[in-house]
Amino acid sequence: MEWDFLLVQALSGLASASSLFVIASGLTIVFGVTRIVNFAHGSFYMLGAYIAVTIVPWLLEFDRSPWLFFVGVLASALAVGVLGVVMEVTLLRRIYRVPELFQLLATFGVVLIVQDLVLLVWGPVDITGPRAPGLRHGIFIFDQRFPAYELFLIFVGPAVLGLLWLLMHRTRFGVLIRAATQDREMVGALGVNQAMLFTGTLFLGAALAGLGGALQIPRVSANPQMDLSIIAEAFVVTVIGGMGSVPGAFLAALLIGQLQAFGVLVFPKITLVLVFLLMAVVLVIKPWGLLGKPEAAAGRAVLPEGIIDPRPLDRASQGLILVALAAVLALPLLDAYAVKVGTEVLILALAAFSLNFLVGNGGIVSFGHAAYFGLGAYGAGLLVTKAGLPMEPALLAAPLVAAAFAALFGFFVVRLSGIYLAMLTLAFAQIAYAVVFQWVEVTGGDNGLVGVWPSRWAASRETYHYLVAACCVLAIVALRRVVHAPFGATLRAARDSVQRADAIGVDVRTHRWLGFTLAGGAAGLAGGLYAFSKGSIDPTLLGIPMSVDFLSMLLLGGIQSVLGPIAGAAVFHAVKDFFMPLTDHWRLFLGLSIIGMVLVFPRGLAGAWAGLRRRPA
Amino acid sequence: MTLLAAEGLNKRFGGVQAAKDVSFALDAGEMLAIIGPNGAGKSTTFNMVGGQLRPDSGRVSLAGQDITGLPPREVCRMGVGRTFQVAQTFLSFTVIGNVQMALIAHHGQTRKLLPDAMAMHRDAALALLDRVGMAAQAERPVGELAYGDVKRVELAIALAAAPRLLLMDEPTAGMAPAERSALMALVAGIARGERIGVLFTEHDMDAVFAHADRILVLVRGEIIARGRPEEVRADAEVQRVYLGHSGTRAATRARRAAHG
Repeated sequence: MEWDFLLVQALSGLASASSLFVIASGLTIVFGVTRIVNFAHGSFYMLGAYIAVTIVPWLLEFDRSPWLFFVGVLASALAVGVLGVVMEVTLLRRIYRVPELFQLLATFGVVLIVQDLVLLVWGPVDITGPRAPGLRHGIFIFDQRFPAYELFLIFVGPAVLGLLWLLMHRTRFGVLIRAATQDREMVGALGVNQAMLFTGTLFLGAALAGLGGALQIPRVSANPQMDLSIIAEAFVVTVIGGMGSVPGAFLAALLIGQLQAFGVLVFPKITLVLVFLLMAVVLVIKPWGLLGKPEAAAGRAVLPEGIIDPRPLDRASQGLILVALAAVLALPLLDAYAVKVGTEVLILALAAFSLNFLVGNGGIVSFGHAAYFGLGAYGAGLLVTKAGLPMEPALLAAPLVAAAFAALFGFFVVRLSGIYLAMLTLAFAQIAYAVVFQWVEVTGGDNGLVGVWPSRWAASRETYHYLVAACCVLAIVALRRVVHAPFGATLRAARDSVQRADAIGVDVRTHRWLGFTLAGGAAGLAGGLYAFSKGSIDPTLLGIPMSVDFLSMLLLGGIQSVLGPIAGAAVFHAVKDFFMPLTDHWRLFLGLSIIGMVLVFPRGLAGAWAGLRRRPA
Repeated sequence: MTLLAAEGLNKRFGGVQAAKDVSFALDAGEMLAIIGPNGAGKSTTFNMVGGQLRPDSGRVSLAGQDITGLPPREVCRMGVGRTFQVAQTFLSFTVIGNVQMALIAHHGQTRKLLPDAMAMHRDAALALLDRVGMAAQAERPVGELAYGDVKRVELAIALAAAPRLLLMDEPTAGMAPAERSALMALVAGIARGERIGVLFTEHDMDAVFAHADRILVLVRGEIIARGRPEEVRADAEVQRVYLGHSGTRAATRARRAAHG
């Protein structure tokens, strides 16, 4: 390799670092002030690109000058900033005080809504943007041609960093942002108009995301998948840099830019894995990122959001369970469609139940539970299609494979807590997704694996339904037993107060790690059963939307209840299965439903059930 | 016999020497108070004994065994119970559930997957609650209790590990005056009756002078005085930097009220 080639490689690393920083700086500023991790930040980035590919060509019709190009880019950024204000005023200011999980879900609801709106307005086809007038040529660096626009991008990052520094240190608004990042309550106590501060912060953050998106149009065409692909990277940058730290984000973007530029030479297929591995290493050494500060401990003890005091079932709930079990057994008397949905509901109920074992019982908010579901499915699927094993050993292997990965990832995950933990689970899920997606020779890549069928004795839909019912009901009963057992109680105790648990002699980290592994194994069993019910598997089983589906089932069922998530899975899946074929706007509907549930119905179905029975007859 | 010995503990945070060559010893059944103004290094000293902080240098030993730098859960298993400045309980559990949880941990049963946790150690938990006067409220959620009662539950949790030593960081902080003396009398009774050593920090001079057997006075990380309450009260240096004259009178009153 020639050194001039390496130089060009380093320069292109700097260019992507620059773009990444512009986007991540907005995310980190918004988190610093509002303490909300905004999933919709990726949507703002996508909207920036779409608005720019719409207005920049229109502007260039008047005059093909570089100035008009940048006027268009800035106008797009400002327009997205206004959308950020809309989001703050209509949604965020209602959820500043709700638990993190609900905040994450609500902003993910916005992601879903924006995805459908973008499809409505711009259609599903990628839109190629114009190239920047005056920056279309290449510049020769020794013998290597380097695009002038990339060279320009290299300077955008430091320029934005400089402007943000001026804003933060020379204006009242910036000083307030820094103050709120350090101590939000104190800023409020000093009589600062918080509503204005938060709205302004969202404007700034969204505008930065929009700027990042608009600047990309000469490099990549605007497409409806931009949001989720960028948000994972932006999360990684802010987490590595330290959430709330703008210089940290800059540093992290530089690191990641270079890692990607050179990683692609050594491991062309797994650059994404390298990036997430860097994140895992940084978080283990510095749990709050390179330049981040630990969260100040909450002054007052508050009742955790989750399972409070699991009691033996009362009569009415027992009756409800008997009815549900009878329905499961009777389903084959109905039509094949009912059996299919019933089988899927059972599987998803186990997955949701295992997630609530972590979230509701352990306070471990995993945003990547689909990884273990999907890894179980792939574990079983690969054994059948590649190793030629029959269903039975493959089904036994599914939970073991998933538990092994949960143990591996969980080793890192349980070192963190709160929002950092959620981000790390998401990152590991993305690693698993990337590996499954890119390792085409083994996993079949995007197409997945086909021919994952049950053994002959279980081949009929009805028999397989009963097999699934037996496995899922047994697994759920066993997990419920664990919730009530000392191990489950210990996880709850550690959720309530780590300090107290430590002081009575509990090794909190080890217990959480075991819990994470157990829940991963249960999700893996569900995944294995799912693979055989479909006959095929593909990478979407491990994706973020799948993880969010699981979390939505918890939200719908009620994370305070032990059995609620089962009802949540049933209703969620039945509604999804019924409505999805009827509408082109399922995501819009789901997004609005998630936000609606967070705002008006946070205790879910189980909360409603409990409320119903408390009412005097 | 010496139960707890701290020898030459040092801890520095950046430019601040939070503890400088702190040494003391504590016998079984003895109540030793650490007092001093805010920022004197009381909590630092305390956390070095409890395992929350590792000293830069020095040694902590419990009944002759070195426990320096062990994590809190190990320190607990060596027989040290602990209460916190802001009471730490398991808020989602009932009162008795809190104590049962502590007993489950004490018996090393936290990884059991089958038995019903809330059916375990009920009698022992009730007995502990009875000792702190909370048996009547056993089934209430701990989150509903008045703060003074939460502190009692926390004491029962700490006692569940059958400790030889109790570490109590400002046991009466945030409590009403009547609750304070009742709690301190309870602690003193348990300590003397069961030969448990108690190391506590406290801002409430009434509590300190009424119940401590000996007192350490810490100022800017250094021990400036030590001794029995009347010795410390009479110490001119202590009066100058910490108690002041009204404080000295209050100390006399408190001592008289407690011991006649």
